[in-house]
Amino acid sequence: MSLTPTEPINIIPRLKAETIASIVKKGVRLDGRKLDEFRELTIIPNYLPKAQGSALVKLGSTQVLVGVKLEVGTPYQDAPDEGVIIVSSEFVPMASPVFEPGPPDENSIELARVIDRSIRETHAIDLKKLAIIPGKKVWTVWIDIYVLDHGGNLMDASSIGTLAALMTTKVPKAEINENEEVIVDKATSIGPLPLNRKVATVTLGKISDVLIVDPDNEEESVLETKLTIAVTEDGLIAGIQKSGQSSITEEEAIKAAEIALQKGRELIDKVTQLVESSAETVKQENNNSAADSASNEASEGEGVEEGSGKNPEEDSGLEKDGGLGGSEVSLKSESKE
Amino acid sequence: MSEEGSKKREEKPRTLVAPGDLLARGEYKILTPTTVQRRGDSYYALVVGLATVDDEAKTIKLIPLQGPYYPSVDDLVIGIVRSIGLTSWEVDIRAPSPAILYASDYLGRPVNPARESLSDYLDVGDVIIAKIQVFDRTRDPLITTRGKGLGKVTTGAVVEISPVKVPRVIGKKGSMQSVLEGETGCRLVVGRNGRIVVNCPNKDLEEIVVLAIRKIEAEAHTTGLTDRIKEFILTEKVRRGLIGGR
Amino acid sequence: MGGKGEKPKLIMEDGKRHDGRLPDELRPIKMEIGVLKNADGSAYVEFGKTRVVAAVYGPREAQPKHIASPYRAVLRCRYHMAPFSTDERKSPAPSRREIELSKVIREALEPVVMTEMFPRTSIDIFIEVISADGGTRTTSVTAASLALADAGIPMKDLVAAVAVGKADGVLVLDIDQVEDNYGEADMPVAAAPSLNEITLLQLNGVLSMNEFKEGLSLALKGIGEIYKIQKETLKNKYLQVEGE
Repeated sequence: MSLTPTEPINIIPRLKAETIASIVKKGVRLDGRKLDEFRELTIIPNYLPKAQGSALVKLGSTQVLVGVKLEVGTPYQDAPDEGVIIVSSEFVPMASPVFEPGPPDENSIELARVIDRSIRETHAIDLKKLAIIPGKKVWTVWIDIYVLDHGGNLMDASSIGTLAALMTTKVPKAEINENEEVIVDKATSIGPLPLNRKVATVTLGKISDVLIVDPDNEEESVLETKLTIAVTEDGLIAGIQKSGQSSITEEEAIKAAEIALQKGRELIDKVTQLVESSAETVKQENNNSAADSASNEASEGEGVEEGSGKNPEEDSGLEKDGGLGGSEVSLKSESKE
Repeated sequence: MSEEGSKKREEKPRTLVAPGDLLARGEYKILTPTTVQRRGDSYYALVVGLATVDDEAKTIKLIPLQGPYYPSVDDLVIGIVRSIGLTSWEVDIRAPSPAILYASDYLGRPVNPARESLSDYLDVGDVIIAKIQVFDRTRDPLITTRGKGLGKVTTGAVVEISPVKVPRVIGKKGSMQSVLEGETGCRLVVGRNGRIVVNCPNKDLEEIVVLAIRKIEAEAHTTGLTDRIKEFILTEKVRRGLIGGR
Repeated sequence: MGGKGEKPKLIMEDGKRHDGRLPDELRPIKMEIGVLKNADGSAYVEFGKTRVVAAVYGPREAQPKHIASPYRAVLRCRYHMAPFSTDERKSPAPSRREIELSKVIREALEPVVMTEMFPRTSIDIFIEVISADGGTRTTSVTAASLALADAGIPMKDLVAAVAVGKADGVLVLDIDQVEDNYGEADMPVAAAPSLNEITLLQLNGVLSMNEFKEGLSLALKGIGEIYKIQKETLKNKYLQVEGE
């Protein structure tokens, strides 16, 4: 049963809530951002050694880790020659004082399903290329979204993480033996996961009739309603989800879609740039093992002012290496296993 | 109240409305704030009901045709004891939460839970007539039986109708209730919560008055109801041989 | 979506749809209120072969007590599909889809219910899809809104809902299962017409900006028609008695 939430995600002083509401009317926000400005974005691609693709995303203080694992599975009956996508999300208890252990709640399920639809409906992944034995064995693409720190707008952070992780995903080598069994060699990859197009969500919040992009958790606790709009790199609307207690007008919906199309393309470009620049760094690093972490940080932090230099792992407690450690480990694991 | 007065009232134009219907624009006084909402200079219906817009007196009234009972202080209610505590009873008054009746209020003296059991005075299932004493958003309604006509019901029958139909059973300044009582010789205690205690001279008259109340409930939104009820009671009396044919 | 296999033709040579409807035509609609005796309010709504029963209990004591708010009634909403509602038997255990839809349906109703009038209570909305042929969430919103009004719970407006889809490149109103399975997009919309507010908006599939604008406007036009039927349904219950 879905129940009206009566406890706010975080209680903020009433005065501050009023300030947030009144300041957006003037076109600015408490942290100095413009109404349509995303928080600072950092991406550490290939963060996980045991996943085929991954990314740690920091959007402001929100941290989301996305892991993509490819496993051999059976296709759906109605699409026997296509791979399968399964998106799940976990709001782990460490991420927020209001997250409880247990099965995913409606917010977590909603998030996973919105992300799922955005990539499924756009055919973002070329599933036709993921058949191993058509009709019998296909790759199942497991996308697991792990929210590590809830600083607001989990949707877009998860969407960015999913896009970045998919861009880094490598398809393992799979051989079919004489008994029609699939033998997977995870240590060897046959190439990147085939992608058709890039998709990202842009979430707008409505506070006293003003639309703001990428609400942080203080803003989320005062806003009345949210609109998440998935957009493709070629300028199409690829999914919408309204959430929250309140409503929007037709004009607001259209305005939100226009903002999302513009911001979404910028966002996809930025994610692409962050993922690719870091991949280049990794290549360089492989060629020249003397590359130190400082240069890694510099190149990875392109278009990013601060935050990339900070150790995200200190917050998440996952890895002791800094900056690019993730990608390093990932490459090592590929050769190791 | 004379019959003509209530008739005149009934002939005022009343419109059947639904939530979201625009009732009027301009400056009006809302007589029923729980069923009408003002947005800007427009007035909208919040419920399905009968709206009366009086352009001379500049008033808007909307009587709902269905809806829950929500207590307010001083309401007369008919309650049914649902559980017994050490010093108080929990009483069902058809509100979202049960009402509390303190033993000291009911008995008019302090109680000693160690020596006496409240079930000796009021048991589960007993019917009481009470008034809402205290009720706000912070607590369950508190009721009292101290006052004239309040207390335990020992005779008669209880009829349940939709709480929003209660004003119709009472009628304008008690006109409908007078008709019911006058034509049948029964005594009615009408609780705001849609429960009515009837005490009648005999079983036939009790049946007739219960049927009449049901008819009022079913036809609450129609006009000319008082006359039809009079007619109905008369017909029923004739049918049962309580009075001679016409 | 997800439906694969041989894709049928969705738009015929004469511009009509596979079931003979025009692109902006709703399915045959039936609405009834007060269909359940025990519930405080109830409604049955039918859009073609999609059939939904909604029931409302409350305002009643919020259970468990800790969910109660001193400032307002909480809404509890369950959208559920009966095992026999679909082509293949559906497991009665709540799916992830049903959990999400329970949430979006609740949020579609929140803006209109005068919850602040009933502090510390809950208003429970139970929705059973007894036959599913596309548009079950929108039919559910339409039915739940009627059931709330039938329960006499004060509401700023009724909420009506419909989905617009894109089938063979054409924007179509009130898509059925076939159009949902094989079409390019499904955009459910709910709105409170007198408030001029959209209370539910989702899009599964891909649309251009212009298609989105047109689709939204088509949905709101359909909602206007459904809203009219809702009001007639609510009023008819009393007009019938009056006419006797």
